[in-house]
Amino acid sequence: MTLHFNKRDLVTPGDLLAEGDYKAGENTYKVDDKIYATRVGLMDVRDNTVLVIALNSFYVPRVGDLVIGKVVDVSIGGWVVDIEAPYLAMLKASDVFGQSFRPYKDDLTKVFDAGDLLLAKIVAYDRTRNPLLTVREMGLGKITRGRVVKITPSKVPRLIGKKGSMISLLKRGTGCQITVGMNGLILVSGKSAENEMLCVRAIRKIERESHVSGLTDRIAEMLREAGK
Amino acid sequence: MWVEKPPEKLIDENGIRTDGRKPNELRPIKFEVGVLGNADGSAYIQQGKTIILAAVYGPREVHPRHLGLPHRAILRCRYHMAPFSVDRRKSPAPSRREMELSKVIREALEPAIFLEKYPRTAIDLFIEVLQADGGTRCASISVASLALADAGIPMRDLVAACAAGKADGRLILDLNDLEDKYGEADVPVAFMANANAVTLLQMDGVLTPSEFKRAVKMAVEGCRKIYAKQKEALKARYAMIKEELEK
Repeated sequence: MTLHFNKRDLVTPGDLLAEGDYKAGENTYKVDDKIYATRVGLMDVRDNTVLVIALNSFYVPRVGDLVIGKVVDVSIGGWVVDIEAPYLAMLKASDVFGQSFRPYKDDLTKVFDAGDLLLAKIVAYDRTRNPLLTVREMGLGKITRGRVVKITPSKVPRLIGKKGSMISLLKRGTGCQITVGMNGLILVSGKSAENEMLCVRAIRKIERESHVSGLTDRIAEMLREAGK
Repeated sequence: MWVEKPPEKLIDENGIRTDGRKPNELRPIKFEVGVLGNADGSAYIQQGKTIILAAVYGPREVHPRHLGLPHRAILRCRYHMAPFSVDRRKSPAPSRREMELSKVIREALEPAIFLEKYPRTAIDLFIEVLQADGGTRCASISVASLALADAGIPMRDLVAACAAGKADGRLILDLNDLEDKYGEADVPVAFMANANAVTLLQMDGVLTPSEFKRAVKMAVEGCRKIYAKQKEALKARYAMIKEELEK
């Protein structure tokens, strides 16, 4: 049982992280007793699991995730949505129109058209078929106002913080509403453009500096400066 | 018409090569990661006078659709030399050599990537040689693996590549263009240092079996040195932000 790196050390793919009776967590793989990193990131140990918090990754869909996507195509039976994942997502017309959907009567482009941004939830996904979305829940559907920022999905937990501490700090400091898509797209809407831009800058700062400790203090400081 | 004159000697009486290196010395190498804003991952290498850019996109939907595989991602690689990368203008159309190198580079990188994690997708890799002075296939593999890591694609290990060869009767490391053209042999090797596995091994020219063994050993040693630089380059960006904040 030996660890070859300390917690929060920067590691690269192929680095030998640990040997012995550990479990391989996310962004690692195990050969015999040895655990190696698969991505650039920060090494972490939780209980008996060795894992790497990636500094750059892409979104892999998961059932139940809230995501933000862009409609890229309208077909006969539904919409094709780009959710910044390796697979394009589908939103079925029957999800919006219900059982009464008639392809020849209902005009899909009147509901969502190519280029529209959507807030949606993933209802089905298993790698063999493209993810399926739904908008039939409170607050889901077309995004009509605000700004969308993209960060790398592995930093979403950092943006939310422990028990939502970071996100509530941002909401209080900027007076903006923030909706976090698990795919790394974040919707910011506030009373004025200045507020929104401040929030966007803070989110970018969180993404850039997430691997250096003392982040919450720096963000609090930044928001205080701006509030003057 | 301008004709390149072959040098009289590739190694002088003091054992120094045409560019001033010792037989087992690498060219100076500079890596940079994340140089292209529009790519998902990118990297740049300057190895002596060889300069190469690599860009990675994906994993993403495969177009045309029929190329996708149901059990794993496909890696598509395009090695291309810019028309101005060599002394005589090279036609920008992909040549036989470029197509072969694209395949060779792809096969050297495939074992390092967890392709089976993302079925029905494609990872696109573009390698553009801006200036060629020998060793472009090895340098391409080294930058490409950095670009893949920068794109956040899960990898078993980084792949580093380096050539060894023979010129004027002596074994040498990391051949440049002259040594490649007028030397006796060239052995490019791609190597995953932590996994201790060779992913590319080729030979051009004539070597005795014992010379071949020594050449491979030399090349692997060269790969280890390049591997250390690759890791440094991947960490540099994040280390820089950290330093800047802790000032």
